[in-house]
Amino acid sequence: MPSPNNSVGIVTPQHVRFDAPLPLRGGATLNGFELVYESYGTLNADKSNAILICHALSGTHHVAGVYSEQDKKPGWWDNMVGPGKPIDTERFFVLGVNNIGGCHGSTGPKSLNPQTGQPYGASFPVVTVDDWVQTQLMLADYLGIERFAAVVGGSLGGMQELQWSITHPRRVANALVIAAAPKLTAQNIAFNDVARQAILTDPDFHGGDYYQHGVVPRRGLRLARMLGHITYLSDDAMGSKFGRILRSGAFGFGFDVEFEIESYLRYQGDKFAESFDANTYLLMTKALDYFDPTHHHQCSLSEALKPATADFLVVSFTTDWRFAPERSREIVKALLDNNRQLSYAEITSSHGHDAFLMVDEYYHGVVRAYLERIPL
Amino acid sequence: MTLSLRPDFARIAEWITPNARVLDLGCGDGTLLKYLKESRNIHGYGVEISDDNLLKSVQNGVNAIQMNLEDGLSIFGSDSFDFVILSQTLQTMKKSESIIQEMLRVGRQVIVTFPNFGYWRHRQQLLLGHMPVSKELPYQWFNTPNVHLCTLKDFESFCASHHIHILERIVLTQGADVTLLPNLFGSLAVYRFEMGRR
Repeated sequence: MPSPNNSVGIVTPQHVRFDAPLPLRGGATLNGFELVYESYGTLNADKSNAILICHALSGTHHVAGVYSEQDKKPGWWDNMVGPGKPIDTERFFVLGVNNIGGCHGSTGPKSLNPQTGQPYGASFPVVTVDDWVQTQLMLADYLGIERFAAVVGGSLGGMQELQWSITHPRRVANALVIAAAPKLTAQNIAFNDVARQAILTDPDFHGGDYYQHGVVPRRGLRLARMLGHITYLSDDAMGSKFGRILRSGAFGFGFDVEFEIESYLRYQGDKFAESFDANTYLLMTKALDYFDPTHHHQCSLSEALKPATADFLVVSFTTDWRFAPERSREIVKALLDNNRQLSYAEITSSHGHDAFLMVDEYYHGVVRAYLERIPL
Repeated sequence: MTLSLRPDFARIAEWITPNARVLDLGCGDGTLLKYLKESRNIHGYGVEISDDNLLKSVQNGVNAIQMNLEDGLSIFGSDSFDFVILSQTLQTMKKSESIIQEMLRVGRQVIVTFPNFGYWRHRQQLLLGHMPVSKELPYQWFNTPNVHLCTLKDFESFCASHHIHILERIVLTQGADVTLLPNLFGSLAVYRFEMGRR
């Protein structure tokens, strides 16, 4: 029952288990796995109105709605997904799924390995964007969805949409690739590696098997998140929000929290370290680093995207320096080379990479207009 | 906006062959592309810089790419279009010469429309000592976006010096064809041209 603020209301996650061994791109095999997912809206009779939302580094299957009347924190893309919202659940059946390797219910490093009865920990294999797409495809098959009306994702989620369009062109009618890149730059990989080093060198990491020691590498994960957070904001946004504001109004000549930005980053780091799993952070950043549709064929991006038949909406944000507009334009160029139906919007925003998660009238207007014209 | 509001659109549409690949630079709200898609089954893209127009183009169901034409057309491959259209935008561009060369690179044929600065009403105002203001040039000198205005004669000598082969020219005033002294009596020029053989 939609609530007055256009929310999908109270939602309940669902679980599905796949018992068949899953061979992974990295060579390892996962002996069965579980996916947790949520759905909003109603799947129509011919199952043609499904939209898959792929999450980014720290996202989850909980895209929209709340878990109870008291729940103050809606899903991570609640401003985008809901009745009457740009991704309109009155028209579409929207699926959110937690990727394997995650820490929110799908099989990941903190899940129990049925063969040992212990958490996978360090033994959880490295997963790639291809592997995620494969498991999402299995979920689509399980739900009887022959073809997604659209696959939608920002950042790492956008990379999954690109992979979908390349690997399973017949299963995707439209791909919305938001704040993404065709592959990470050296600078981007460098940021990820510093984040990983923070975790890997935390004394509480125990080679990834910290669960058995009753500890978590909180300091490392906190640092990783603080670093990441800096890169997701723009210099301007940080400057206008925090500037050089001091919490107490005067220098303390010490190393306690003094500047507002320090306080903010530490708070974000602490909050994240409470709720996220360090091994998952390692895996997600690695999947980002490895993503490169041109790698296995040693070809151009245009050639890599040749199999794609979907229509595309590509969106970037002007102050996003982690996934800059130039990178989205590379995707646009490759799609133009392949004569794909395509629109590209470059959103003027001061919010950096995080802009894709925020409300912006023009951004939401373009997504809404694009989805409204999809015939069902 | 409907097609009838832009006299040059109807004439451009007549030149576009069915199933053609079309690039419309400065596509506005996508009216022309939408019409060409419906009437000629073209495969096209529009380029727009304004948020408002890009959104309207998406609402109109046409492919629209948001970018600044002044940055060039390097995103488009050579010879990837049958027609490249630049309607009533050339006069606002800083790099008029390079955009024409870029259009000839990406398209087989180029269609350009622009207001004729040599139109008699414009000349008359200059003679009276003022910058021309008209239906085609509806701006004052201090707020005009137009930086590279020209006459038919200017444009044609530009083509001659740049080895551009003009295939067709239509000159209009209030939507009607002008054949008598077009550089004097025509207010809007519509040209179709291609790269000339050297």
